[in-house]
Amino acid sequence: MPKIECVAMLLAGGEGKRLSHLTKKIAKPAVPFGGKYRIIDFTLSNCCNSGIHTVGILTQYQPMVLNSYIGIGSSWDLDRKNGGVTVLPPYVEQTGGRWYKGTSHAIYQNMAYLDQYDAEYVLVISGDHIYKMNYAEMLNQHKKMNADVSIAVIEIPIEESYRFGMMKVDENDWIVEFQEKPKVTTSNTASMGVYIFNWRKLKAYLIADEEKKETNSDFGQDIIPAMLANHEQLYAYRYKGYWKDVGTIDSLWEAHMDLLATDKPFRLHDPKWRIFTKNPNQPPQYIGSTARINRSLVNEGCMVFGEIDHSVLFYGVDVGEGSVIKDSIIMPQSKIGKNVTIHRAIIGWNTVIEDNARIGNPDESTEITLVGDNQTITE
Amino acid sequence: MNNVLGIINLSINQPLLHELTYHRTTATVPFGGRYRLIDFVLSNMVNSGINNAAVLTHNNFRSILDHLGSGKEWDLDRKQRGLFILPPTNTSSTSFNGDLQNFHGHLEYFARSSEEYVIISCSHMICNIDYNEVVKAHIHKNADITIVYKELDATQEDLSNLHIVELGEDNRVIGMTEQQQRHDNNKVYMRMIVIKKDLLVDLVKKSVSQNYYDLVRHVIIRHLHTLNVYAYEYKGHLAIINSIHNYYKSSMELLKPQVWKALFFQPGLIYTKVKDEPPVEYTEGATVTNSLIANGCIIEGTVENSILFRGVLVGRGAVIKNSIVMQKCVIESDSILNHVILDKDVHVTSGQQLEGKLSAPTVFTKNSRV
Repeated sequence: MPKIECVAMLLAGGEGKRLSHLTKKIAKPAVPFGGKYRIIDFTLSNCCNSGIHTVGILTQYQPMVLNSYIGIGSSWDLDRKNGGVTVLPPYVEQTGGRWYKGTSHAIYQNMAYLDQYDAEYVLVISGDHIYKMNYAEMLNQHKKMNADVSIAVIEIPIEESYRFGMMKVDENDWIVEFQEKPKVTTSNTASMGVYIFNWRKLKAYLIADEEKKETNSDFGQDIIPAMLANHEQLYAYRYKGYWKDVGTIDSLWEAHMDLLATDKPFRLHDPKWRIFTKNPNQPPQYIGSTARINRSLVNEGCMVFGEIDHSVLFYGVDVGEGSVIKDSIIMPQSKIGKNVTIHRAIIGWNTVIEDNARIGNPDESTEITLVGDNQTITE
Repeated sequence: MNNVLGIINLSINQPLLHELTYHRTTATVPFGGRYRLIDFVLSNMVNSGINNAAVLTHNNFRSILDHLGSGKEWDLDRKQRGLFILPPTNTSSTSFNGDLQNFHGHLEYFARSSEEYVIISCSHMICNIDYNEVVKAHIHKNADITIVYKELDATQEDLSNLHIVELGEDNRVIGMTEQQQRHDNNKVYMRMIVIKKDLLVDLVKKSVSQNYYDLVRHVIIRHLHTLNVYAYEYKGHLAIINSIHNYYKSSMELLKPQVWKALFFQPGLIYTKVKDEPPVEYTEGATVTNSLIANGCIIEGTVENSILFRGVLVGRGAVIKNSIVMQKCVIESDSILNHVILDKDVHVTSGQQLEGKLSAPTVFTKNSRV
């Protein structure tokens, strides 16, 4: 098989427990986002736009929807003769089968996949985040610095550090200390979960980690600390753009509201960095004579007769006359009847909201209301 | 429908749409916010289970190649069968005498295909039809040729330059005339037929050897008394794109929700080349009513009774009424458009007033700047 310099390994097995009903039947990367996409589209499009065309996708939790969604990767231009996408689920061999224990264990189990391309570098990314990033620039920097590992980092408010892998760096951005989800820290430099490893080096650590008895086989908890302890060269690659982990209902809702802000921190309209997705072949949206739409994103196949303000409508959503939707997200093919009010809510896939129903609470101190998939809500 | 070949016949003298067909063939005229005319017939074929389709091209077919590519969007990129684009067979030294000449030049394609039946269709009769039903009727009647027609309201429609079908007992076709004036009989031939492949090949060879080159006149009309020619009535929505006037009128009909639902969803979806445009962005102060808006548009102004194709930018204070605005046009702030058709990539600078007539909308050609 021809050699491929940099192979991406995309971790897409996350359960996304905190997304509640939205991840009942699908893995977190398959959750709809941005009126048209699924969360995984952002990392897959980053790969495609960065010229990385060999991507192993590690699935585990509820893989059916995700596997069929990815298919042969043609939606992201990743159907290639050499490389392309390969879905890599956990498997059984003669000596026994094994579920992926942790993030690095998923790569350990698929060493043969990386070896067959004789990869120099492995880009490890996760299908859980919303951001646009050119991995080719990061790879160039990695090579220029002659690093063993590069970790993409962003600056975050220090009070959120308990959710992230936090690191201390020296004046040249070499990492001197790494703490996974610390209770107390003085650093505001957080890992984005985007790593570039020299493959031979990583492979040695994966094999060593597998021999340990006490390990979670996790990049943040085990592999990175082990490399630091051995004085390997760990470089912090600073990223300045928008990056969001949409792991909770609140953060999913907030990330959608970011798309609607007047001064957008993250734009979907970007001809230079398109986000690719599977196409549902829907006609242009029809906006009726009684409709009123402001500060919103509306996708194809929608039929709108009501008032939409500061909201996101996925494809095939119908909104009846007299209905008001504000600060909300309506997922694909849901039907909203007449004279319905929806405030600060997320409505799942293929759900019916019957006439005159009231959902959510305009009061900003209240929680975001979630209505799951395939529900029928009456008045 | 594994047993049916789909032929899209563009080698007839297609109606020309003036400015809209200066740079493209009628089959690739943009329609309905994100489609080209040919998408409808090709999607109908694919949705009916046809997996061997050929496009007989005439002149100006660059845009066909560009649009159809390998046929992937229609699921026709196949190892066996799939999509075939057949170039014109008349060269600069031979004149073009009629569409049968093109069929004759590509007899090898028919010989190599194993299908028993052929559906031949034009691309400018826009509809959503299940060809299975037509073929079923064809076999049931033991017909030699089955033609598809639609009953239209002659007082509402301009029936000039269309063939009107006269039916006898049991839906047998007894006459077909090219209509010049209004008539009480208004069964319009939709330029779609079903015929056995062997019979078609036979009739093509015979006609061409006698210097007959027209499919409608020399294969159908000439044989009305010697072959069993039956008619199948199509009852769904039909748009006939044979003039700028009808193009505009048919486009505006898409703004009726029942037409939108019928044409785009029933019985099948319409496929087209994907552009990966994001959802439509409505900003503060946008006012959009009774309009069809495709993805990738950013709307800051007012849009009424109009169709916006993919990636159109409407600036603050701009007003678009009763108009068709094609892909990637830019309408800068405070411009006012009424009864106009903007072809692709037209740039309207700020503060312009473009006014056409309802009966004759003004067309602005591709890439122009106003």
